[in-house]
Amino acid sequence: MTDATTNRHVPDRLHSRAHRTLRSWETLLLAVAIAIFIVNSFASPYFLNAWNLSDATFNFTEKAMIAFAMALLIIAGEIDLSVASIIALASTAMGLAVQYGAGTPELVIIGLTVGVLCGAFNAFFVTVLGLPSIVVTIGTMSLFRGISFIILGDDAFRGYPSSFAWFGQGYIYWVFTVEMLLFVIIAVIYGGLLHKTNFGRAVYAIGNNPTGALFSGIRVQRVKFILFLLTGLMSGVAAICLTSRLGSTRPSIATGMELEVVTMVVLGGVNILGGSGSIPGVVIAAFVMGLVTFGLGLLNVPGIVMSIFIGLLLIGVIALPRLLAMIVARTQS
Amino acid sequence: MSVFKKLIASAAMATTMIASPAFAEDVRIALVVKALGIGFFEAAAEGAEEAAAELGNVEIIYTGPTDTTAEGQIEVINSLIAQNVDAIAVSANDTDALVPALKRAMDRGITVISWDSGVALEGRQLHLNPSSNALIGNMIIKLAADHLPDGGDVAVLSATTTSTNQNIWIEEMTAVMGDYPGINVVSTVYGDDLADKSYREATGLMQSFPDLDAIIAPTSVGIVAAAQAVVDAGKVGEVNVTGLGLPSEMAGAIESGASQSFAIWNPIDLGYSATMLAYELSQNGVEAAPGAEVPMGRMGALTLDDNNEGAMADPFVYDASNIEQFKSIF
Repeated sequence: MTDATTNRHVPDRLHSRAHRTLRSWETLLLAVAIAIFIVNSFASPYFLNAWNLSDATFNFTEKAMIAFAMALLIIAGEIDLSVASIIALASTAMGLAVQYGAGTPELVIIGLTVGVLCGAFNAFFVTVLGLPSIVVTIGTMSLFRGISFIILGDDAFRGYPSSFAWFGQGYIYWVFTVEMLLFVIIAVIYGGLLHKTNFGRAVYAIGNNPTGALFSGIRVQRVKFILFLLTGLMSGVAAICLTSRLGSTRPSIATGMELEVVTMVVLGGVNILGGSGSIPGVVIAAFVMGLVTFGLGLLNVPGIVMSIFIGLLLIGVIALPRLLAMIVARTQS
Repeated sequence: MSVFKKLIASAAMATTMIASPAFAEDVRIALVVKALGIGFFEAAAEGAEEAAAELGNVEIIYTGPTDTTAEGQIEVINSLIAQNVDAIAVSANDTDALVPALKRAMDRGITVISWDSGVALEGRQLHLNPSSNALIGNMIIKLAADHLPDGGDVAVLSATTTSTNQNIWIEEMTAVMGDYPGINVVSTVYGDDLADKSYREATGLMQSFPDLDAIIAPTSVGIVAAAQAVVDAGKVGEVNVTGLGLPSEMAGAIESGASQSFAIWNPIDLGYSATMLAYELSQNGVEAAPGAEVPMGRMGALTLDDNNEGAMADPFVYDASNIEQFKSIF
């Protein structure tokens, strides 16, 4: 027996999946990326060239590796501004090891270990002593790079083994670089970790409400500790790639990269206050930033103007949805 | 410069280039500097434009990263390779890190030279040094001697006892002392490139040698400190401070008369010469090889040594006649 009420359709969500996807941040960003790609193709005759585009990926692959870990950290309501300095310290440690005859496998282990140790150092102050991460990592930002300066001074470490160059200068197939492969692998791992595991759910929960997360049985400090370790580890990976690509270490290596990493994360739709964001968003943001810098580079636009562009892009992409929402709200009322 | 205009201009240019493949282009020479916004390099770019105007069909692309990092320069070089410029003249942030990128540029037929701050041999065709140790050594004693026609006593205020550059220059200076009869070097002291220590050492020199005629400081820190010490001791006109210094820091000393003249490289000449050299290699088929002489316009010719390096000229002398022009540059 049926009546009218049981036949009534009750949706389990307010909008269809397609509708949500269309209106999502990632879609907007993807549209921006495609627009930039098209504009670039018209603006410079050199843009649409496989080798040139391949060279251009170096603009963002290393930064993006860190950005994935940073995204999780920011979603959980913390931040690590020392990542570029961790690169400097890890690179210096590898350079030092080369002076004592270390081979490529040892260098990789040293790079990763220094990264993880630096991450643990940050994590200790934030999770054990309960200090704000922004303060701690501003401190370690100077500390880690300071150590590099003390060790290196005005000098540089060089003489890396030729097999070490594979990470930053190697090609897998045709124009596809080793760094691109690492970028894809790391993106998939972090995407899985954030979107498909309990750990990922815990990260969101902590970002939205740390106290609530704690009372739900999530070990908040332990999750945060792991996130700092992961950010340190990724800085170590980036240090290996960058050092391998440069073939030398100076204490000024990767100066200012932390801000570009944070920009990438925020542009990718991660809420700087924590609680929301996605890895696909960060992937698209990486491409957007890479395409913008490369496109402007082809037009010989000075770096400082490029920074202005990135800044405007960031503000624009963040402000636009809110602006549209306000206009919609006003017209409806 | 309006970026928007540039974007439109480039888009327009792209369209023209697609429309006419046999488009007769200018020779594009990229002047890549350590970082944009540094007076020294802006002046070098001015020199490059001067060379371009002289050559006629040259377009200068003045570019560089925002920070003085090697990875920033690599990004810039990658985009220059992508544009297939004719030549890259770079003042490097790192001797080695740029080598892979610059090698790739050379593989694609782009002329690569370094200037001011060099790149390792395998990453460039030649390197232009602003000057040479021998020329500097000679210049610092000449600067003192020029104002002492009847001879006199001079003292050297150096950086540290282990400063490689200063030691070589003083050695080169000693080697040519025979050319300057009547000039005696009475003492060499070390200010460790610290302003206060250099100041004390300079004051000490004037007390130990009351008849001192000149202090030669082949360091930009020492020369400023010595000039101040001379002013404070009331010995302006008696003791002439000279050596190597920066026009912006030395303008006051020239004005007060504590220093008659000093020397350092001229960035305008440097940018001019780098452009000329890049043009010669790229367009006139000049081969960069040990012993070769590469012409560089009004600056003469660059003679290459075994490392394909050469020295541009004597350090440029700055005095009351030109300090106004240069003090705002670097």
